[in-house]
Amino acid sequence: MDQQLLVDIIVQIIIIGAVASGLMAAFGAMTVVERRVLGKFTMRYGPNRVGPFGTLQIVADGLKMFFKEEVIPSHVDRLVYLMAPGVSLVPALLAAGVVPIAAQPLVLPFEVFGSTITIYPWMADINVGVLYILAVGSLGTYGVVLGGWSSNNKYSLLGGLRTSAQMLSYELPMGVALLSVLLIVGSMRMTDIVNFQASYLGGYLWFIFIQPIAFLIFFICGLAEAGRSPFDLPETENELIAGFATEYGGMKFGLFFAAEYIHMIVLSFITATIFLGGWLGPFSQQIPVLGIVYLLIKVAFVLFLIIWVRVSIPRVRFDKLMKFCWKFLLPLSIANAAVTALVLAILFF
Amino acid sequence: MINQLKDVVTGSAEIAKAMGVTLKYFFKKPVTHQYPDEPVEVYPRFRGRHVLKRYDNGLERCIGCALCAAACPTDCIYVEASENTDEKRYSPGERYASTYDINMLRCIFCGYCAEACPTEAIVLEHDFALAEYNRWDAIYPKERLLEPHDPDYIVLRSDEEFKLSETWGKK
Repeated sequence: MDQQLLVDIIVQIIIIGAVASGLMAAFGAMTVVERRVLGKFTMRYGPNRVGPFGTLQIVADGLKMFFKEEVIPSHVDRLVYLMAPGVSLVPALLAAGVVPIAAQPLVLPFEVFGSTITIYPWMADINVGVLYILAVGSLGTYGVVLGGWSSNNKYSLLGGLRTSAQMLSYELPMGVALLSVLLIVGSMRMTDIVNFQASYLGGYLWFIFIQPIAFLIFFICGLAEAGRSPFDLPETENELIAGFATEYGGMKFGLFFAAEYIHMIVLSFITATIFLGGWLGPFSQQIPVLGIVYLLIKVAFVLFLIIWVRVSIPRVRFDKLMKFCWKFLLPLSIANAAVTALVLAILFF
Repeated sequence: MINQLKDVVTGSAEIAKAMGVTLKYFFKKPVTHQYPDEPVEVYPRFRGRHVLKRYDNGLERCIGCALCAAACPTDCIYVEASENTDEKRYSPGERYASTYDINMLRCIFCGYCAEACPTEAIVLEHDFALAEYNRWDAIYPKERLLEPHDPDYIVLRSDEEFKLSETWGKK
């Protein structure tokens, strides 16, 4: 095999590992940050006893999760039961694959074993990036449904069924909302979408300004996809105990938990990239490192928005959830896409 | 159609209002009290654990009359009186309490004992941290009750907002 190709593959594998472990670390940080922010919203402190500002709470919670007894109830379908947490976590991690964090690949100025090393700020810059995100995002439903079904428990089953209905329904307006963005850009490649936003108005023509309705619909559907409040019907502590996760404990529950948070983090990255201009910001064209900082600020803002929504709005009833999706969001997103298409047709033909 | 539009507008306004309220609270100071780190403020009339008082010259105020035990609704006070002698004098009067036990597990902190006391010997002060590792330790003997008790995790709050105002009761 060509040596350059081999080095490229090794570098790529390292990047993939870094992104995956970075996301897991972000999940750990998010659990504490969310509790702190929720506490602030409700005039409490949140966890602040372990370490400075409660940061070591991550370690405490992680150790607790790992050292819990592994209980597998006797009435479960063992194979599916053990598989479900992984099936739920992997698609959440996969979706991060096409998110670019900077504009240009970094070519190291020196050679290693006679080959140049190029560090790409994305795992894969495929030409169907948005489609890939939608496809992988809906795979996450399987983990929840399998977990709910294999637990052989009425609460789990109800939670799993609700989730499958909810996630499948909210896929549609999400896709159509992204369609109105794709109509304008004319490409599904994530870097093309950011570069389009960079090319007008000095890099401030972000899609939140052109397509505010699409942004809102995408954000709402994202909340429903990630199972976040006010659409946390899969869990519904007070009606279904913990929904699909009722029979899970220890690290198996931890994986479901991680899947939800990573889903949320990746959703924030996608929202920041498609609607908030990704790495764009003042001087980001001249100093590429600033772009990563801008992207992280935008991601933090979206995450804050998600927590803010969670603390403000109570959970919706299941029938209203479905009604809201099919009778309001879907027609609205289709109308938005149709108007976008019409305007584009009038402007350019 | 018009009604649905109206619903959308009012619903969005309601959500915006809710988010505004929560954001307002985001910037407020937490009301949580970091108890073991920060002292707790109690009001001056807060009824906590009992203390047996002494006179300024060091003699005990308690004269062993057992009126507190009679007034106690839960029978948690046990008093045994003995005669003072000139060599061994504990209190100014004829008699003193040779045994004075209070069972804190039974006490309901009603303060009747302090009200019944003719010499103001027993007073309910402000300590509320009365947990014990051994339940027999919850029976406080006279020696523990006599000690001046002023734990540093309790501070007195000013009573000003509860002072009788001139206008009260005049209308």
